[in-house]
Amino acid sequence: MKRMSTKRMWREAGASYLFLSPTLFVLLLFIIGPILFAIFLAFHKVQLLGTTSFEFVGLDNFKRMADDTRAKIALWNTLKYVVIVVPCQTILALVLAATLNAGLKGQKFFRIVYFLPTLTSSAVLTLIFMWMYNQNGLINHVLKAVGLPTYNWIGDPDVALNAIMIMNIWATAPYFMVIYLAALQDIPDSLYEAAELDGANAWQKFWHITVPYLRPVTSFVVVMGLIGTFQLFDQSYIFSGGSGGPNNSTLTVVLLIYQYAFKTLGTMGYAAALAFALAILIFIVTLLQRKLSKEESLY
Amino acid sequence: MKKKMGIGKLLLYAVLITYAVITMIPFLWALSSSFKTLEEIVSGTMSFIPKKFTLDNYKQIFVEQELFPRWLLNSVVVAGTVTVLNLLFNSMAGYALARLQFPGRKPLFLIILAVLMIPAQVTMIPNYLILKQLGWLNSYQGMIVPTMVNATFIFMMRQFFINFPKELEEAAELDGLGRLGIFFRIVLPLARPALAAQAIFVFMGSWNDFMRPLIILSDPQLFTLPLGLNSFKGQYISYWNYIMAASMVFTMPVLVIYAFFNRYFIKGISFTGGK
Repeated sequence: MKRMSTKRMWREAGASYLFLSPTLFVLLLFIIGPILFAIFLAFHKVQLLGTTSFEFVGLDNFKRMADDTRAKIALWNTLKYVVIVVPCQTILALVLAATLNAGLKGQKFFRIVYFLPTLTSSAVLTLIFMWMYNQNGLINHVLKAVGLPTYNWIGDPDVALNAIMIMNIWATAPYFMVIYLAALQDIPDSLYEAAELDGANAWQKFWHITVPYLRPVTSFVVVMGLIGTFQLFDQSYIFSGGSGGPNNSTLTVVLLIYQYAFKTLGTMGYAAALAFALAILIFIVTLLQRKLSKEESLY
Repeated sequence: MKKKMGIGKLLLYAVLITYAVITMIPFLWALSSSFKTLEEIVSGTMSFIPKKFTLDNYKQIFVEQELFPRWLLNSVVVAGTVTVLNLLFNSMAGYALARLQFPGRKPLFLIILAVLMIPAQVTMIPNYLILKQLGWLNSYQGMIVPTMVNATFIFMMRQFFINFPKELEEAAELDGLGRLGIFFRIVLPLARPALAAQAIFVFMGSWNDFMRPLIILSDPQLFTLPLGLNSFKGQYISYWNYIMAASMVFTMPVLVIYAFFNRYFIKGISFTGGK
């Protein structure tokens, strides 16, 4: 690379900072500043009445989590949700992508149809599903028609979270399906041809070529799925009218953070501490997943 | 052998069609409910074709609920502005990071990558306090300014510009164009595919966002649609015909955009995701 003159260097640096100025402004004022501020908040008790005041409380906010029953419930609900939804949506996405990639007619049509839920806002989807989940709604009607038991989807604490799970697996799988589809195009045909010569059937080809080949993409899909599911909020909020009910059954960690920060007075610092705990939890789970999937691909 | 292939294919079609039906039903059911009378909604009949087809629900939400058009307008203003600013600022930042030499380039890039991984919940509470201090709660700028750049798309634009042929820029420089001229006249127009994908995702993200408006807007005049819809639900709890009509109005613009830019969607996802 040829050397630049000093004048040119300065001019280029000037242009760079001009180009970056909006980004730097937002980065400092609304991302990095707030991260530091969040650390500060996590160690303080915040009073919002009139002028905002802060009182240093040390580790109290973090200690408080251990005795907080609702925090435990929220964590348990969130973990249950993550553990069920992530594998289901990943497998569904993979199966749909493989089916769509099999060279059938009308692929384009199916792809457009499948993508509808991804386009639609979580608020709309939740309302549509609440309408279908109604006691006398479409879903119960269909269940009854085929002789299955019906549920009080929205009002029964044992069922409400499952209702959100079903809705979100349905809504998110197509998004990951598209990522899988892009990756499927890259698998060389020669691999399948070779397998065919060896007498492999469709299932063997899928299991021994497609699945291993897609492992890096699967790892990505799982990480994105984990990050997304840990942050479940909109659906629980709308489903329960902001309460996390019935009987805390749809209370998630983020919904609890929201409640402590903006609905109860004097707990904003505690909410900031909870948000930190959540971020660290997501970070650890993501790292673990990456580590596991790497070891798997080594064998 | 041949017969077996046929059965396999049939099975695949069965899977595809079944799932397409599963995907369509909620939308068709919502659409059909939005054209039903309240009597039919309450009576609990399960017909996809309304017994008495009516447009009253749509009339009702636009006429009786005078805030509804306002929410629509707010959503258009916020999502539109956010999209335009993102396209401009993310490209500028991505270009500087990919092509220009300046002190602090590497650390800045690493910071942007790191920011990608911070969950929004961490910054949500301090952001609220900062906006409160600025007097930006309940304002368009409070909705727009914090989201006018996006680390994901800065990263995506950087990747795009790194693979961009240098010769064009050098030729333009010889013709006497400065950095700004090169960027706006040569580079940006050629980045259209990347910009299109980005525009769709930024617009959808802003249009569909629920949490940010929920936190920073309390004046119903300023609500965006997701928030308006939620308050609507509280107000008309058993008027599912109105709620479904409002949901359909909310969903239409995104579907229209999707219909026009379908191919960019897929490209955009493989841009932001796959690789």
